Amino acid sequence: MKPVERRLLREVPALRHHMTYSTVLTLLGAGLVTAQAALLARALADGFVGHAAQVAPLAAPLTALAAVMALRALLTWARGTLAERAAADTKDTLRGRITDRMRQTGPLRLTACRHGETATLLTRGLDALDPYVVGYLPTMTATVVVPLTVVAWLWWTDWTSALIVVMTLPLMPVFGALVGKHTARRTARQWRLLARLGGHFLDVVAGLPTLRAFGREGYQIRVVGEMADAHRRATMRTLRVAFLSSLVLETIATLSVALVAVPVGLRLLAGELDLRTALTVLFLAPEAYLPLRAAGAAFHDSAEGIAVAERIFAILDDEDTTDEDTTDEDMTDEDSNTERAADRPADRAPAPDGRTAHLRLDEVTVHYPDRPAPALRSVSLTVRPGEHVALVGPSGAGKSTLLSLLLGFTTPGVGRITVDGTDLTNIDPDTWHAQVAWVPQRPHLFAVSVTDNIRLGRPDAGHAEVRAAARAASADRFIEELPHGYATVLGEHGAGLSAGQRQRIALARAFLKNAPVLLLDEPTAHLDPESEAAVTRATADLMRGRTAVVVAHRTSLLPHADRIITVRAGSLVTPQPSLDEGLLAS
Amino acid sequence: MSPHTQAAASAHGRVRRPTVRLLRHLLPYWRRLLPAALAAAGSELASAALMATAAWLITRAAQQPPLASVSVAIVAVRALALGRGTLRYTDRLLGHDGVLRAVAGFRTRVYEALVPLAPAGIPAFRSGDLLTRLVDDVDAAQDLLLRVLIPAAAAGTVTTTATATASVLLPQAGLLLGLLLAVAGLLVPTLVLALSRRAGRAEKAARAELAVATLDLTQGAADLAAYGARDRAHDRARGASARIAALERLGALTTSSASAVVLLLQGGATAGVTWLALRAHAAGTLSAVRLTVLAVLALVSFEALAPLPGAARRLVAVRASARRLADLLDTPPPVVDPPAPAPLGTDGPLGVDITDLRVRHRPDGPLALDGVSLRLPPGRRVVLLGASGSGKSTLIAALMRFVPYEAGSIRVGGRELRDCTGADARRVITGMTQDAHVFHTTIRANLILARPDATDADLREAVRRARLLDWIESLPDRWDTLVGGDGATLSGGQRRRLLLARALLADPPVLVLDEPTEGLDPDTAAAVLSDILDATRGRTTLLVTHERSGLAAADEIVTLPTAGSEPSPRTAAGRERYR
Repeated sequence: MKPVERRLLREVPALRHHMTYSTVLTLLGAGLVTAQAALLARALADGFVGHAAQVAPLAAPLTALAAVMALRALLTWARGTLAERAAADTKDTLRGRITDRMRQTGPLRLTACRHGETATLLTRGLDALDPYVVGYLPTMTATVVVPLTVVAWLWWTDWTSALIVVMTLPLMPVFGALVGKHTARRTARQWRLLARLGGHFLDVVAGLPTLRAFGREGYQIRVVGEMADAHRRATMRTLRVAFLSSLVLETIATLSVALVAVPVGLRLLAGELDLRTALTVLFLAPEAYLPLRAAGAAFHDSAEGIAVAERIFAILDDEDTTDEDTTDEDMTDEDSNTERAADRPADRAPAPDGRTAHLRLDEVTVHYPDRPAPALRSVSLTVRPGEHVALVGPSGAGKSTLLSLLLGFTTPGVGRITVDGTDLTNIDPDTWHAQVAWVPQRPHLFAVSVTDNIRLGRPDAGHAEVRAAARAASADRFIEELPHGYATVLGEHGAGLSAGQRQRIALARAFLKNAPVLLLDEPTAHLDPESEAAVTRATADLMRGRTAVVVAHRTSLLPHADRIITVRAGSLVTPQPSLDEGLLAS
Repeated sequence: MSPHTQAAASAHGRVRRPTVRLLRHLLPYWRRLLPAALAAAGSELASAALMATAAWLITRAAQQPPLASVSVAIVAVRALALGRGTLRYTDRLLGHDGVLRAVAGFRTRVYEALVPLAPAGIPAFRSGDLLTRLVDDVDAAQDLLLRVLIPAAAAGTVTTTATATASVLLPQAGLLLGLLLAVAGLLVPTLVLALSRRAGRAEKAARAELAVATLDLTQGAADLAAYGARDRAHDRARGASARIAALERLGALTTSSASAVVLLLQGGATAGVTWLALRAHAAGTLSAVRLTVLAVLALVSFEALAPLPGAARRLVAVRASARRLADLLDTPPPVVDPPAPAPLGTDGPLGVDITDLRVRHRPDGPLALDGVSLRLPPGRRVVLLGASGSGKSTLIAALMRFVPYEAGSIRVGGRELRDCTGADARRVITGMTQDAHVFHTTIRANLILARPDATDADLREAVRRARLLDWIESLPDRWDTLVGGDGATLSGGQRRRLLLARALLADPPVLVLDEPTEGLDPDTAAAVLSDILDATRGRTTLLVTHERSGLAAADEIVTLPTAGSEPSPRTAAGRERYR
């Protein structure tokens, strides 16, 4: 058993129960198989000797045989149901663990990376565990329990046949392992090639519009065929080797049956054995090899399930899941990280009142691990209650990082962020987020109705309030033109709406939330002139009476700011007081 | 794409017997598939025959005849024992080889069907998920053959042979065995099929919801956190997951009940056939060897049926795939070439005259372009600005003949575009579309597809003008660097510049560039735009964008009015300069 399998058993209770049940059921099943063989052999042997005699006495063993086989059916039903339920529960448990992990993970990191992989893993990827749980895991105990039971019974019935079975049985795992090891090496080498050839069709289909644009679609017809052919040849090279292991296992199993049957026949011929024993041996011997054959076949299918389990644990173990550890590498060893995560909720105080709070950055430095230079270096800034601060500067200067610090999505490596003197890391994030409305550069729209998208922060808001918020964000006109108005369900990534329309729905969200602190990240970037004018008006309305920090690339929002701060290469450029006054006046 | 159009797309095309249609595409490969099915049947038969022959050998031996009379049986038992594994190996190899050949051929067929549909004919080209599903659907053909048809063929052969053999030995036993095998092999899988189909629909809905909820939890994580909605989204994902688990538990009942019923029937057949055989034996009409052979035959003939319930469950998924593929193969192409196309010259800088152009994406849909007029003078660079949703990309698609226009005209070098073939139109008007794809291959191969006869000097020149030369030359593998699936290894700016270089290399008489700076940050966008305008000096160029900085070098800037507004005769083509 691989370490990842042991861990699966340790951490998923459903699997442990599954192992227990399947062991008990397998043991019962082995007993029934033995009984079935003995009963059938007895009926046939009795019939053989008693020609022309009455058949009535033979009815009893046959009824018993039917009853035993009915019991086996019941057992099979129970084993199958329990196994598939264990698989369903295992997948549900693992899905739960991953989503829990996602909840603890810093939102920015989740947004930035790996969402494709995690999503596939959660939906289709986990199904690869089915063959492992249903097919392979039960064979682990069966390969021990069943041969032992069968051999014990055989030993008692006819020890010479038992000896043949005992001598040939170990050949299966030995040869299986030998061949398996060889094929595993060969297949691993082929894997990359197979993956690339296999992905070619998707790549070409995805690029079909491009191929047509350059008149290359006809040429690719041939290439699609050729690549599929190359894929077939590579697959067959792998399979020729991969199927060898099952060839070896099956041949050993069937050959052993012949090895048992032929001497039994010869001994019958010599009168050294009675028919009943001979038939029992014939019926029982194949059952000894069956679990090993099944294990060999299931092993092939279970490999992908194990790989999936490894990927899941890799995600669950990923230490880098909180956005906290962006600076100090020494702090991120596992213990301190989990400890911090565990202590957190208890220590944290509710956030001060956002309407009267001073937001302060104190000598803050942020250094992302994958970047050579710090994103912000020793930045200090105080935002007074009700003040409107605009951040300008080239892209990559650290403006978005500054907003993310104020949201608590990013924690500074050096320095601190305080809300009315309380360190943000000591504030319960939920109570702080309740007072902040954030409009990101690319807001995410959810695949629910427009109404539900707007009332993201206030799910209990009434229709009138939602409409008022949409009007305030000048989003009402285009929403009413949607096929079902406010009830329109938005598609994948809010498709069907333009960037400007998405931004205005996000602004409506902020309006409805009616929070005292506003953090806006380039609300007018990527907009056409008409949308920009509408969004600028809406944003200016929203800022009135609130504390606002706005990243503004375009100039249209700047007249609405009390203070303009230029961020350049991670530092703040001190604003010119005269410019400040001038803008306030205008 | 919105759920409504998706529903509409699947509602209009209820295909009849989709699985049969899928099979028809695979049948030309029967020469490859038949030996595989025969080998599969042979291996199952060998395993049944091994047990039956061994039973015969043992019973005959019990009568203590001379050794010679059982020697053939001894040889047969050994041969069958060896043959069974070999036949199984052959079956699996032949099966996979034949099926992969059939799927390769089918892929080509699907590709050919997709060509006239790209990109406007089907929604798949607008969504990566749908596209992945389409490719998975094509691979469902593999499942149909390998996991459904071949096991079914093998099971059919074994059950027929076993029934026939039993009938010869003892007619009434053959009748009973045949009846029970038919129930286990036909009725049980049919029931599984019906039950799984119903459960499958509910499970599919739950899975779709989980996929959406997961997407929200990851991509929307920041929005959820900032709006305190993380718990709600989390509960939604957990709910969907729990529903899937509940449905799977229910589904477990179906399959395990099916296996149990098959086992019950096997028990019934074994006891029943043995009972009939014993009675016949007692009556003196059946020899002792036949008695055991019949009993063993009844016992082992059911083993070939074991994969059938699973195959029935798989068939449900295959049918869904087959239905989507049949829909796809039935979809008419949005643009059909005229029966007698007019030739279209490709020499020299050509101009394009668009007058009163009207375009609908669907015959019953709203107008996406309503009376648009635009002139692209030869050798001039025209920048087209417009509010989002004003139909800029539709205009490009109409120019490239990806969508048809129902009224108005597009004249190129004096020819009406509608009268020419689509391929000719794209030889004249092409460039960078919004959905331009970076292929998972080398930089060189990605570029050269735009002009297969381009020399190295041409490549360098195109890349230099897209300002990508220094970057390419700094790479360890330079031009042979692999760029990942859809350019995943490139930054947004590099990707756009690579696509631009490809469009410049194509060097068509009329170059169109659709939103070449989409997704770039404003500074990079401005830099890329001004580079583009530099690189296209002297070429007939239509540059569509919503950015307004970096356009200083444009010859003309035109604004496209929003669709649905008053049909404007000719948009002001003045020198409207920004800053």
